[in-house]
Amino acid sequence: MSFFKKLKDKISQQTDQVTDKFKDGMTKTRDSFTSKVNDLVARYRKVDEEFFEELEEILISADVGVVTVMTLIEELELEVKRRNIQDTEAVKEVISEKLVEIYYDGDEEEPEELQLNEDGLSVILTVGVNGVGKTTTIGKLAHRLKAEGKSVLLAAGDTFRAGAIDQLEVWGERAGVDVIKHSEGSDPAAVIYDGIQAAKSRGVDVLICDTAGRLQNKVNLMNELAKVKKVISREVDGAPHETLLVLDATTGQNALSQAKTFKEATDVSGIVLTKLDGTARGGIVLAIKNEMDIPVKFVGLGERMEDLQPFDAHQFVYGLFGDLTTEDTQEE
Amino acid sequence: MAFEGLADRLQGTIKKITGKGKVTEQDVKEMTREVRLALLEADVNFKVVKDLIKRIKERAVGQDVLQGLNPGQQVIKVVKEELAELMGGEQSKLEVANKPPTVVMMVGLQGAGKTTTSGKLANHLRKQKNRNPMLVAADVYRPAAINQLETLGKQLEMPVYSEGTDANPVEIAKHAVNKAKEEHYDYVLIDTAGRLHVDEGLMDELQNIKEAVNPDEILLVVDSMTGQDAVNVAESFDEQLDVSGVVLTKLDGDTRGGAALSIKAVTGKPIKFAAMGEKLDQLEAFHPDRMASRILGMGDVLSLIEKAETDVDEKKAKEMEQKMKDASFTLDDFLDQMGQVRNMGSLDEIMNMMPGAGKMKGLKNMQLDEKQIDYVEAIIRSMTLKERTDPSVINASRKKRIAQGSGTSVAQVNRLLKQFNEMKKMMKQMMGGKKGKKKGGMNFPFM
Repeated sequence: MSFFKKLKDKISQQTDQVTDKFKDGMTKTRDSFTSKVNDLVARYRKVDEEFFEELEEILISADVGVVTVMTLIEELELEVKRRNIQDTEAVKEVISEKLVEIYYDGDEEEPEELQLNEDGLSVILTVGVNGVGKTTTIGKLAHRLKAEGKSVLLAAGDTFRAGAIDQLEVWGERAGVDVIKHSEGSDPAAVIYDGIQAAKSRGVDVLICDTAGRLQNKVNLMNELAKVKKVISREVDGAPHETLLVLDATTGQNALSQAKTFKEATDVSGIVLTKLDGTARGGIVLAIKNEMDIPVKFVGLGERMEDLQPFDAHQFVYGLFGDLTTEDTQEE
Repeated sequence: MAFEGLADRLQGTIKKITGKGKVTEQDVKEMTREVRLALLEADVNFKVVKDLIKRIKERAVGQDVLQGLNPGQQVIKVVKEELAELMGGEQSKLEVANKPPTVVMMVGLQGAGKTTTSGKLANHLRKQKNRNPMLVAADVYRPAAINQLETLGKQLEMPVYSEGTDANPVEIAKHAVNKAKEEHYDYVLIDTAGRLHVDEGLMDELQNIKEAVNPDEILLVVDSMTGQDAVNVAESFDEQLDVSGVVLTKLDGDTRGGAALSIKAVTGKPIKFAAMGEKLDQLEAFHPDRMASRILGMGDVLSLIEKAETDVDEKKAKEMEQKMKDASFTLDDFLDQMGQVRNMGSLDEIMNMMPGAGKMKGLKNMQLDEKQIDYVEAIIRSMTLKERTDPSVINASRKKRIAQGSGTSVAQVNRLLKQFNEMKKMMKQMMGGKKGKKKGGMNFPFM
């Protein structure tokens, strides 16, 4: 079975609605990417140095990252030589194959689900730099978990930014979940502690903890975050069950540094990639998964409450190569 | 993954071509390859990089190597000049309306930092310019955005105009400007809702606000961590609103900030301010030259180049070369050379700046710590002129006198004399035989 067929089969198993939404949100991403690849293929008949150079540019423009792209191109060149591929059409397939490979790197090719405690309290900690959409993501995530029938409580751990607590409260109202808060400027670890106690006594399923955005090179703030995490681990066995790093898809190479430093401080277990409904392509997650083995669990595709969708690398790559796959199937 | 500075990247290439007098096309090709990677890793848009590299190649090939630089550094110098030119001069001034109030609109993507920057800018205007600004909360969409601005206003003890979340942002802006006129505020800073540049509805709203209040400044607020997409964002905001300037935020992070270059390149609009922290006074004028170094991740090499340009007197360098050739190099010259070197900064610093300096023979024997140099200076200064020109006259009693005069020991004096002799021998070897050919290799003034 051809790669694209497999890809299509895989996707058709997903509910159409989700796929549509994902495709919808990714339209801009896909449009620019595939039209560029198509363009490239149309212009170059032969697979030569120039072809690879331009392919390199396309991938770099998707923020895939210089190192990753260089490695990818090198592998592609080898593969093309090995399979003795001459025409550019055939290379398309190898390109997407390699991209999925970078992401999974030998792992099970399954979407990563939230690892929650099935019986008892689960704690989700969200972390990230300023302005990536942590609070919004929490609102959407609360909505999602509630729709799955779970009881959810939020802890307003961003006691620093002006208006952050109010913002979380609005999201709490929208999603219909309570928010545990202290006043602005109070100790975030204390808020989280109170959140845990409240979650325990109310017997809720999931507690989602907000934290203040912080740039990863601020050592003191990162230490504060490590302390918050310690409080959570001490109070609940096996917690936090998920530590989600929220990443802005428009971020460039600095995302690597963010992933690395936040992982060191809080042992990040997954990524939420936000603002993917713009023209940014968030290609850096391929490198993050490849280098640090942090999977993407959700993507943010809009401003509505429903606009948080599970990430699936196949869909992601399908999104990038959507038009190509359709063309291929038509040809067959 | 830590960023690799351009300096590190270039080490290998520089080593290969050190000692050449002219920069060849092949050198430039190798160097620009590394420069390209460094710029791309810094998130400079690939199209911008492409143009830049083209210009650098054209300029760098065939140039004579500047005294005090090696060909690698020479290329970097060209790179830096091109970058600085692209970034433009310093532009931190805000427009002032003929008739107050001056209206400033803050626009940008979600999470770029518009609200915080509005607060910082208001604070800057009051503190630095003695102005009386008013903040306007026109972001009615994001939950608690108005709240956030009001809290900032309270912290700054500055008025915030708002009409709640049900009002129309265009009306809010109009009313605010009227109020500012009546109450004699001289600046009105309008915080608008963050939006994706592809969101047509919200972009229309911005255009309507623009038409309604006719702002003197439209500042595009951009996260300095933005990747390749910065070009698209800046282009569409500029196309639709004709922005007047840019504020770069979160520059206190560890991002290289290549987005700055991309934005400047595609819009031509000046970057007016840099936001450097979470406190409300952390808004600074934007320095294009610093940004250029930051993007390249090689402030060290650049400053060495600057220092070499300004501090090493070219004429003296020529004289020195002649002296090296006929081996008439004296302890006085040695002292002089050290003086020049020291003008360039601490020795450790300079040694670190010089790619591969640690591997140079001869330098290894000279103990290059700061104190030692102090001693060397003291020792030479304690010599008579005759002794300095012809060290062979220095006998045991002279040595004793010199040691006493300089507060050192005879052993130290001996060591210096030995090193000086070795150095002279080395110079003879290098300069003799292959006359002129080694020109580039002898460029470091203390060799």
